[in-house]
Amino acid sequence: MKIIVCIKQVPARDSQLRVAPSGAWIQDADLSYEINEPDAYALEEGLQLKEKHGGEVVVLCAGPARAAQTIREALAKGADRAIHIEEEDLRAFDALGAARLLAAALGPEKPDLVLTGLQSDDLGYGQTGVILAELLGLPHATIIMQVEMQEGSIRVKRELEDGWFQHVRMPLPALLTIQSGINKLRYATLMGIKKAKNKEIRNVTAAGLGANSGAASIQLSRVYLPGRSKQTQLFDGPPKEAAAKLVEKLKFEARVI
Amino acid sequence: MSILVVMEQRAVQGPPAWSRMSWETLAAGQQLSGELQQPVSAAVLGQGIESLAAELTGKKLDHVYAVEHDLLKDYTPDTYTAAVRQLVEQTQAGIVIFPHTYQVRDFLPKLATALGRVAVSDVIAHRIEDGKPVLVRQLFQGKLNVDVRFTGAPPYFASLQAGAYRADHVEAGSAPLPVEKFTPQLTPSRIQPLDLFREAQRAVDLTAAEIIVSVGRGIKEADNIPIVQKLADALGAELAASRPICDSGWLPMERQVGSSGQTVAPKMYLAVGISGAIQHLVGMKGSKIIVAINKDANAPIFEVADYGIVGDLFQVVPALVEEIKKGKS
Repeated sequence: MKIIVCIKQVPARDSQLRVAPSGAWIQDADLSYEINEPDAYALEEGLQLKEKHGGEVVVLCAGPARAAQTIREALAKGADRAIHIEEEDLRAFDALGAARLLAAALGPEKPDLVLTGLQSDDLGYGQTGVILAELLGLPHATIIMQVEMQEGSIRVKRELEDGWFQHVRMPLPALLTIQSGINKLRYATLMGIKKAKNKEIRNVTAAGLGANSGAASIQLSRVYLPGRSKQTQLFDGPPKEAAAKLVEKLKFEARVI
Repeated sequence: MSILVVMEQRAVQGPPAWSRMSWETLAAGQQLSGELQQPVSAAVLGQGIESLAAELTGKKLDHVYAVEHDLLKDYTPDTYTAAVRQLVEQTQAGIVIFPHTYQVRDFLPKLATALGRVAVSDVIAHRIEDGKPVLVRQLFQGKLNVDVRFTGAPPYFASLQAGAYRADHVEAGSAPLPVEKFTPQLTPSRIQPLDLFREAQRAVDLTAAEIIVSVGRGIKEADNIPIVQKLADALGAELAASRPICDSGWLPMERQVGSSGQTVAPKMYLAVGISGAIQHLVGMKGSKIIVAINKDANAPIFEVADYGIVGDLFQVVPALVEEIKKGKS
């Protein structure tokens, strides 16, 4: 079984974000980057399925040269090979344009199963997987918490609101968007890191794939810090003083303790 | 550029019932209608939905559509996409809005793609500029906002975040409307929906707690959980967590607050090391008093907090425990 896992490199979770002077995006020069968290779970699910059922896990990533680091880490965890769609600036591509890029690289591979994280930690559209399924003509299911392979089909557990779930069955090939927490993430082993150095990373470009951004149908026009909906009373100073001030407020103003 | 509101119903237990967020979307549709001076219609999809459609006839709308078909009884992305697409094409709707539910997340991107568009998902607000809507959504887990404009030709698609618009702003109509039946042409989906279920009964009912101390990624590792447990004990509070903590198995899933966990509204909610991603905020923003402790002054949790301490939780929380105990002795 050939499984393709789409991964994205995003700014590290604890990054202090600053808006660029142009207001068009963030200042991204000195940020550190990591794999998008839901994609890490998608990768882990792909690796576990391969361990159970055999086959191959291919990692697909669109991003600038720095994304090679994230790709290498995925290979170290156990992916067999990778395709890197190298584009220095993907901002010209809206969600549909980006998915077209992935589809162009993915289609000729003829995968049995495509996995993505349910959303990215940066743009957070939560759409790439579903758009990709539509472009590839594949059945899909989103926010998946369990995957069971059956004869020529899969049965998955979809997460719904308020603690509800639903089982869904569909034929292969198919696409799933994976929810964080579906499995326990592994660490790369020293052996894995060593092996990764010899694994294939095929570099392609949008032009090479015959894909371009097309006319975007949505445009991000200005990025800014959100305003506060509440007047927050902030206490600072040494922890002990701040704690004392907070407890006094909670007792005598909010009267909750 | 007429507006179409696609309401959501679900038959989880018993007959079809509204997803509450649909009314927020309807209110937003009516607001857009007033601002853009354009007609607004509402649609409900399913089977056996007459009584739901009838509820819409009393609202201030131009048309009410009941999109009925046997293949719409149980949701699939294939059938729902085909049905809404045909309705949009038939009605020539210019702006089509949805509640940002798990179901909409499952089919709206497919629908927009089928029409060569990109949906703007999880919208928190809008304004009108030059006669066109500018939508606001969040980036980086709520740390930043972005203004989004539609380019190109309609139809435009958007889904609206829970709580972004107010259901009690839905306006009643002056005279009841007829229900217009729309029967889409559908073929069976490749996707077969099976059983709907809930996991074993929750042993912990966080909704009953008066005070909740909730912990997030800032706690760094499982061995540090006792630090916040001490704070919960000092306050007589229940301990809860954001999703990543439960995903990692540091606390059981039943203690998770947020869109996929429990929704709580205690007298006081104390968020420790929680940045405040929207999936968490929707589960607790109704709390009466919200207190946040976080090292990042720009963390979105401070947007909803009444009181906050910007600092290192490993220093602040023990100091807080000491102060609380001091007051009690």
